[in-house]
Amino acid sequence: MRLALLFTCLASAALAQPYERIVTAGGDLTEVVTALGAADSIVGIDSTSTYPAEITDLPDIGYVRALSAEGVLTLRPDLLIGAYDTGPEAVLGQLQAAGVQVEIAPGGEDAQSVPAKIRFVGDLLGKSREATALIAAYEADMAELATALQGVEDRPRVLFILSMQNGAPLVGGALTAADKIIALAGGVNVATGFDGYKPMNREAILAAAPDVILMMNGHADRLGGVDEVLALPEIALTPAGQNRRAITMDGMLLLGFGPRTPLAARELARALHPEDAAALGQ
Amino acid sequence: MRSIPKTPPRWVNDVALAERITDGPRIGAKPLLLCGLLAAALAAAVAELVLGPVAVPLAELQAWLAGRADAGTAAILGQIRAPRMVLALLVGTGLALAGTTLQGILRNPLADPGLIGVTAGASLGAVTVIVLGGAFFAGVPTFLRPYLLPCGAFLGAATVTGFVFLVSRRGGQTSVATLILAGVAINAVCFAGVGALTYISDDQQLRNLTFWQMGSLGGASWPVVLVTAPVITVSAYLLHRLATPLDLFQLGERAAFHSGVDTERVKLKAGLLTALAVGSATAAAGPIGFIGLVAPHMARLVLGAQHHWVLPGAALLGTALLLAADLVVRLAVPPAEPPIGLATALIGGPFFLWLLLTRLRGLTHV
Repeated sequence: MRLALLFTCLASAALAQPYERIVTAGGDLTEVVTALGAADSIVGIDSTSTYPAEITDLPDIGYVRALSAEGVLTLRPDLLIGAYDTGPEAVLGQLQAAGVQVEIAPGGEDAQSVPAKIRFVGDLLGKSREATALIAAYEADMAELATALQGVEDRPRVLFILSMQNGAPLVGGALTAADKIIALAGGVNVATGFDGYKPMNREAILAAAPDVILMMNGHADRLGGVDEVLALPEIALTPAGQNRRAITMDGMLLLGFGPRTPLAARELARALHPEDAAALGQ
Repeated sequence: MRSIPKTPPRWVNDVALAERITDGPRIGAKPLLLCGLLAAALAAAVAELVLGPVAVPLAELQAWLAGRADAGTAAILGQIRAPRMVLALLVGTGLALAGTTLQGILRNPLADPGLIGVTAGASLGAVTVIVLGGAFFAGVPTFLRPYLLPCGAFLGAATVTGFVFLVSRRGGQTSVATLILAGVAINAVCFAGVGALTYISDDQQLRNLTFWQMGSLGGASWPVVLVTAPVITVSAYLLHRLATPLDLFQLGERAAFHSGVDTERVKLKAGLLTALAVGSATAAAGPIGFIGLVAPHMARLVLGAQHHWVLPGAALLGTALLLAADLVVRLAVPPAEPPIGLATALIGGPFFLWLLLTRLRGLTHV
């Protein structure tokens, strides 16, 4: 009887993990796979996968949109899980021809897309139960933050600066991951009227009068630190520049839209609403 | 009034005279040198098949050629490396021959397909498809979609070539100076167009076009090879037939005309064939710089100035250089793969500088 039970357990363990060598492309997907407890099966990641620390030493197959078929094949994977923008198309075809199963996750860089990504990976890896639990936790976290933010009156005006392009800030407009996470954290994106990441006119930045500048850690460092950015003439004259308010966060955490998005939204919310930080929780 | 001969005079192919007008090696040594270049290109081709991030021993290659390889090796060799090698052969040949022809016709050692705007036109066409393709070609059946980008690049190259030849024609004559200046203008306009499209592109398109613009043989597949092969083979054959007129062009356009070359026809042919070769090469692998500039110069260093030798030599050297660059990017940081444009510029840039400096030194010594 006990032996039979052991066999059943082994069989279900084997069923639960149908893939032994997984390559992930897309930081959000890597986070989902590890959050579902399959980190041990990952044998390669792309350059956008920077979390959790345990996977960062794995071979890097390059940028998610510029993969090389042969490079991926050196890792002898049986499955490639890719974000919706994984490419190029021809390389995916070559990988399939070489016997690698290629699965492209549903797209989206917003709060609603995360459960779909978790569900997709969960079904693929035979971890539907873990996926259901993770989605429930994710939705509870997001709902809790939304409730807490209802009590917050203040809606700071935020400008997300991705990088500088020929001296002009490249800012996050509508429909960007930056725009979505600012809204989730109870802020208002001041870069409106255009989609995507675009250079913004310096006078338009003055006119938009942001209260806070939001940047990714690495990019802030490359520009010589947050102080350098706040000292730019078009920013120094805005409320953000005068009150020296800038927030920097890890790029993948902030914009990844994976399982850590509740954490990112809460961290940003606490930084945006310091007077209500206690009410927003840890 | 002097009479103008209708056909090239017999002495054009006269070996003794040909030897007098070139500074190259003895005629007898040339077949040997060409065989050397062929061996280099073949060695690079075999290296492309054998070397790579996945180790494939020579024995496995033999097994594959005999049809006995296991499925994994067969996929790597048959689906990834072999089409890549053939595409490198086609693209290297096309770019090198186009460069040689343009340098010959324009009598300008700086000329390469980029100079008269062909590459810029191809880029504009391809980037248009990347950025506006979703909106314009929604009704195109899925199986035809992969060919939209190559078609765009090709149409761009052909349109630009047609346009520069049209504007540089005055009273039945094509002015080479106007051709080069028109090329400069076309380059500016096309890159402005690429800039405008870059501006309106979304994040995903932006990343696609950034990587496309650096060139790569990574997209090589048998369908791509099958589309590229006929165009480049035909234009390579026809470009080879321009060897004698190209030699005569070196004496000056007037001299060539008085030697019986229909200079207008040759210029038109060279332009069209160059656009065909560069357009389809760019369509298949993106804009790859320096091969069209460097391969002809190297061929002239090895084989002298006669185009009967320079053209095949440049094609072999272009192939070998492109394969070498491809090996560099494939083996540099596996399992990732940087774009090939980085490697061709790394090989081509220093070589061109060396060429420039030795030429300058030569001039001061004269």
